[in-house]
Formats: sequence, structure tokens, C-alpha cells
Amino acid sequence: MLDKEQVNMLQSFAKQIRIKTIHQMKVRGFGHIGGAMSIVDVLSVLYGKQLKYDPKNPAMEDRDWIVCSKGHAGPAIYAALALKGFFPMEWLDTLNQPGTNLPSHCDRKKTPGIDVTTGSLGQGLSVACRIALGKKQNQEENTIYCFMGDGESQEGQNWEAIMFAAQQKLDNLILFLDDNKMQLDDMTAAIENMESFSEKFKSFHWDVQEIDGHDYEAIDAAIDKAKSEKGKPSVIVLHTIKGKGCKFAEEMWNHHVSVSEEQANEAIAILEK
Amino acid sequence: MIQVMDRFEEEKETMAAAYAAKMDQMMGKNKDVMELEADLGVCLMGPGMKDIAKRHPGQLVNCGIQEANMVGVACGLSMTGKIPFLHSFAPFITRRTNDQIFISGCYSGANIRLVGSDPGVMAAYNGGTHMPFEDVAVLRAFPEITILEPSDNTMLTDLMEQLTEKKGVYYLRTARKMMKKIYKDSSAFQIGKANIIREGRDVTIIASGIMVAEALAAAELLEGEGISARVVDMFTIKPIDKEMIINCARATGAIVTAENHNIINGLGSAVCEVVTENCLVPVERVGVQDCFGEVGDIPYLMKRFHLTADDICGKARAAIARKRG
Repeated sequence: MLDKEQVNMLQSFAKQIRIKTIHQMKVRGFGHIGGAMSIVDVLSVLYGKQLKYDPKNPAMEDRDWIVCSKGHAGPAIYAALALKGFFPMEWLDTLNQPGTNLPSHCDRKKTPGIDVTTGSLGQGLSVACRIALGKKQNQEENTIYCFMGDGESQEGQNWEAIMFAAQQKLDNLILFLDDNKMQLDDMTAAIENMESFSEKFKSFHWDVQEIDGHDYEAIDAAIDKAKSEKGKPSVIVLHTIKGKGCKFAEEMWNHHVSVSEEQANEAIAILEK
Repeated sequence: MIQVMDRFEEEKETMAAAYAAKMDQMMGKNKDVMELEADLGVCLMGPGMKDIAKRHPGQLVNCGIQEANMVGVACGLSMTGKIPFLHSFAPFITRRTNDQIFISGCYSGANIRLVGSDPGVMAAYNGGTHMPFEDVAVLRAFPEITILEPSDNTMLTDLMEQLTEKKGVYYLRTARKMMKKIYKDSSAFQIGKANIIREGRDVTIIASGIMVAEALAAAELLEGEGISARVVDMFTIKPIDKEMIINCARATGAIVTAENHNIINGLGSAVCEVVTENCLVPVERVGVQDCFGEVGDIPYLMKRFHLTADDICGKARAAIARKRG
């Protein structure tokens, strides 16, 4: 259970992540703001409390790993990493600039703290499974976290990985399914209606929880429970809002959008209130 | 017959807009024409995609983010008499679906038209994961496939119309952005036959896609140095126009290829294969030097990967020097 002080801390850290995410897109003038914003509160709980890491030694042996299979959410992670000191804050001015270390999609060769390269959807969970299996075989105690988008779940490779993880009893793997209800062309349900993600994962023998992805206490408790689960991989289905906390992005229908300086300043001012 | 513009200015609309308008028209004319998308529909069909879908019920299907399945679906559709065009960004419609294209498509004799948008540096800010310099390479070794890379909207729409009548597997490597207008509207194109779009004596620049406009700019620059360069638009990368390459080798004695692609197994390789077996002359290749893409704007990336008119000029001088030397 989080106490009030912890909730306040996580809330204000999430606010900072949001501000820095909008900032990156403001400098460049566009970005995948919706899918970045929807996972910020989970990132806050991870980097603010649950995750084992060392900003001075991103490759620390017994760190927890994050695989952001929805690679376009990179800028939200970059914000969290910069705020925690993995690299200088000035880097956040360079999103997508020539020669940058912060490309639109996560790149392990460029960014300290990014564990796996993603951007072509549907590949991250397979890599996360293999890391989880390797760590188990080495009898290491790390937790491997993976983020997958609801639209992204349409890639068939995910379901191969979902079968594999259950068969291999990867109880050191926690998948966040970011159910923000939208994908690029339309509402997710209008393209491939999944009805209930939970039912599907249950039938694949996963440990399943379904929570409000913007509720810090629920996120924290779900991670604790998932960590304690033995013999099964865990999925936490996050009900989220695409663009959450960024006024213009919540109101807007799009996946990759232009971000004007005015829009960004207004959104940041609201967050700073 | 083709007619080349007197001056090369920007098109009036993006290549994506030209594609969407032509597809809308073709679907209206022929109920069997279908557009399959994998959640990158609005990127090609534009914000009006839903209206287009409404005008032609059942003809525009959004398969979701599942390119491999979409290829299989398209192959099945073609066996029921449908005429599917299926689109995603170039890396996803080629790399990700390679075995499905080979087995369900080419090997099975299906009739599908793969549309890969924003190839090479045109992927810009989407970066290395989205920037295919190998899409032509991975498909070129598939027997019976045809690979097309239109250089302007007139050519794109003419080829789309022709593809509705064709059997087999086609890959249309297409931009989404604003192109230079190369051809007059009345032009008609023959698949497998390259176009000489500027005459010259000293060297031939063979280009495709966005590199055609760069090749024309290079020829202009070379003229200032007293070098007369022929420019060929090799929009059919496979099957390559052997006769044209041999003709250029004999007429100009040196060749430069220019492609927005890895120099391995793309246009440059295809030209070299013909030259080495038929008409040995110096060939220099402008293209990506076997490395990965990265984020950036298109002008930056073209400089970064040495794809500019200046780079073509440098290679032209080198090819001519080898001819003399």
C-alpha cells in the first residue's frame, strides 16, 4: 500500500514526466503524444518506486528491465530517464534531431537506460520472454517489464510470445497491456474488437489483473501482486486514456500529431498549476 | 509514349493524395478493386479515408496491425477474383511479410499488388526501424515478382490503372510526400521499359523514384562543367530493361546508378548484372552504403547517406575518368 506522501510523490513525478514529454515534442514540433501519455503513470510508479536501476550504471547486472514494445512511446521513457539522471536534461531538446540519441522509437544502441530496440510493432514481448527465460536460467531475480499497445496486440507474433511465456512459466515477466482504446486509423474496437483482453490472457494461462492505468495505488498494488505470482507470467491490463494529461492530445483524434508551441505551452501550464 | 515536362516543378498534390484519388476512382469503376490497410490507412488514403470507404462499401478493408495476415488475406481474395492493393509502410509490407509474399503470393501464383510507402530516407522522423534500404533487395530474388518505383504522380496513377489488369505479384514502392513533376499528364508508361528523360553523350545516370529528380538536377550541374549526361528513369527495377542498359552502355560508355536504397541488391546491382554480362563499361553506384537508417529530415538524410545531385555528379566524374583511364 502506498501512503499519502508516496502518492503525492508519484503524482508529481508523473507530472514532470508529462511536462518533459510535451517539451520534447514542442521542440521538434510533432510526435506520438497520445501513446506516450497513456503510460506515464505506470512509468512514474516504475521509475519512482518499483524498478531496480542505477542511472550511473544503466547496465547494472541485477537491474529490472523494461521492454517498450510500443516503441513510439519512447519520449515518455526518455523523460523519466532524464529526470532520474540517466543522461543530461538537455538531451530532451534533441528528439528526432539529426544525430540525436533520442529517436522517435526506442533504440538500445543510442539511449542509456533503453534495454531493447523497438518500433516495428509486435516484436518486444518475444524479446522480453527471451530475457526473462535467460534470467531465470541464470537464477537471477530481476523482473522483466514489457509495454504492449492495444492496437499492437493485433500482430500475430504477440500471441506466439504469449503462448511461449505461459509454457515456460515466466513468472519474472510482467506485461502491461496499454488499452487506450485507439489506434492510428480508428477506435481499436472498430478495427479488431478484442472484447476482453483479460479473458484471452486467462485462457492462455496467464495471471491477469485489470486496473485503471492512471491510479497510482492500483498500479503499485498490481505490480506487487504480479511479482508474488509463481509459475505464471502476469499481465496487467491498463485502462488508459490516449493523450492522458495533455489537453490538446486528449481532445484530438490522431496517433502522430503536430504539436505547436502554443498548444504545448498551454498543456504544460495546466500541468504546472 | 511519354512526354517529359519542360521544367521540373513540384507536383500540385502529394503522391499519397494522388494515390487516394486514383484508388477512389478505380474502386468506383470496378467493384473488384480493393484497398487493404494495416492501420496506416490515413497515412496514404488521407483524412478522407472513411468517406472513400463509405462510397465503396466492402472495398476498403482495414485488417489492423497485422501485415502478414493481410498478405494472406489478399492472396486469398485474389483467388476469388478480387483485385487487391495492400498497403503499409515499405518496411512492414516487405520485410515483415517476406515468407507470406513468397509462399502465399509468388509461389502460389496469387495476384496481389503490394504498396510500400515512404521507402528509404522518405521515412524521415520515423527513423531506423521504419527506414527500409533493403525492401527491393529482399524481394528482388523472388521469381516472377515485378518491382516498380514511380517517380511522379502521373506515372503512379498510370501504373495503378495498369496493375488492375495484371496477374502476378507486384511491389509498388511509393512516396507519400510531394514529388517533382517529371512527366506531362498525357504520358503512358510501359512496365519493363525504361524512359530516357534527358539525352546525353558522356555518361548515363540511371535512377528510380525520388532519385530521378536528383539525377536531372545532377545532369544540369554536369552540363555546366561541359559533361553531357543522359538520364534514364528505370521505374521497373525488376524485370530490368536490359536492352536500355546495353543501349546506354554503348551510347555513353559509362553509367551511374542512383537509388534511395542500399547499393546491395537494388537498382545498382541489377544494372551491374546486365553490364558485366553484356557490355562492360565503368559503373558507379550512388546509394546507401550498406548501413542503417536514422531519424532526421529528408534533406539531412539525403546528405548523410550521399544521395544528392552533388553525389551523383561526383560519381559521374569518376565513371568518366575510368572510361578514359
